[in-house]
Amino acid sequence: MLNYIWSGMLLIGFVVGIINGRLSHVTSAVLDSSKAAVDLSIALLGVMCLWTGVMEIASRAGLIKTIANLIKPVTNMLYPGVPRDHPAMASIVMNMVANFFGLGNAATPLGLKAMNELQKLNPDKGTATDDMCMFLIINTSSIQLIPATLIALRSAAGSSEPTVIIGAVWVTTVCTTVTGIVVGKIFARGWKKKNGAGRGQTNGGMAK
Amino acid sequence: MNILGYISTAAIPTIIMVIILSGILNRVKVFDAFLDGAKEGITTVVKLIPTLVGLMVAVGVFRASGALDILVGMLRPLFSLIGVPADILTLAFMRPVSGSASLAIVSDIMDKFGPDSYIGKVACTIMGSTETIFYTLTIYFGAVAIRNIKYTLYAALITDVVGILVAVWIWRIIL
Repeated sequence: MLNYIWSGMLLIGFVVGIINGRLSHVTSAVLDSSKAAVDLSIALLGVMCLWTGVMEIASRAGLIKTIANLIKPVTNMLYPGVPRDHPAMASIVMNMVANFFGLGNAATPLGLKAMNELQKLNPDKGTATDDMCMFLIINTSSIQLIPATLIALRSAAGSSEPTVIIGAVWVTTVCTTVTGIVVGKIFARGWKKKNGAGRGQTNGGMAK
Repeated sequence: MNILGYISTAAIPTIIMVIILSGILNRVKVFDAFLDGAKEGITTVVKLIPTLVGLMVAVGVFRASGALDILVGMLRPLFSLIGVPADILTLAFMRPVSGSASLAIVSDIMDKFGPDSYIGKVACTIMGSTETIFYTLTIYFGAVAIRNIKYTLYAALITDVVGILVAVWIWRIIL
């Protein structure tokens, strides 16, 4: 997908630039932007280093496990199809906490493991279960404690108060997560009503 | 307003303090752990450089040519109908597709409007509270070979739109 978007933006940009007679602007944009990208990366380095360093302390101190235990009652409610002591639940919870701490590198393998475990509980291997849907809806609504990259980006852009967005990000992210949970539950119910009778037929001729 | 501002200011020192204290209490060699983690941060950023160069050039060309202004101009009436500034529409469309491309766009928006402007703050809030839906769903469902994802995409896109609207409104209330 990015292949199309990237080449599309460049080609449209060049053509529109010629039509608008702004080719010289376009040329300097090519050179300036590539330099700006490297400047930005260097500006990101400090904050990112600091933050991944602090997060490594958190993960060695076992904070992820502690918080995972704290939120277990909530997750049991969110994933009714997963038995409480099933390994899927542990992976789901760990993935949520890793995402919360912004530990992207740790979160993805945990999330993939969670999907594998959820697939074991899935009677119809080609179709997602409601628990998988809920897991990914929550995953994409992204609760994050500190948006470190963004803060670094703001400080690189010369912001006088780079951290000012944290509060707003928290409020917004809580809204999206709550929406995701509610919408997910409503859709799950509606989907069952619509396709409940002929469960095997939801996949049409594709399945068997 | 000041509560949110205070939380934002206090968040980083508080979190670092809690993490270091819990590290010491659990007998972690905190500075060693910090160094190991920080090295990982370097790798992450260095790996990001080629992506950022490619995408920031594309965004830069798109803006410099005037193509972005045309697009924004066309969609402005539609966006102002729901009270969303048209200048964040590129971000709104790109965010579900690619994280690094949206990072490039946020950086472009802050360059043009300033990081502490209304648009700059809204863009950052959207960036921080939404996700690369298409990418995530592809990777996670692809890993277990599921083709019928039922309602997941619709639900995820609804939360994305809610995130954008809340981000727009929250700064309108605060400012």
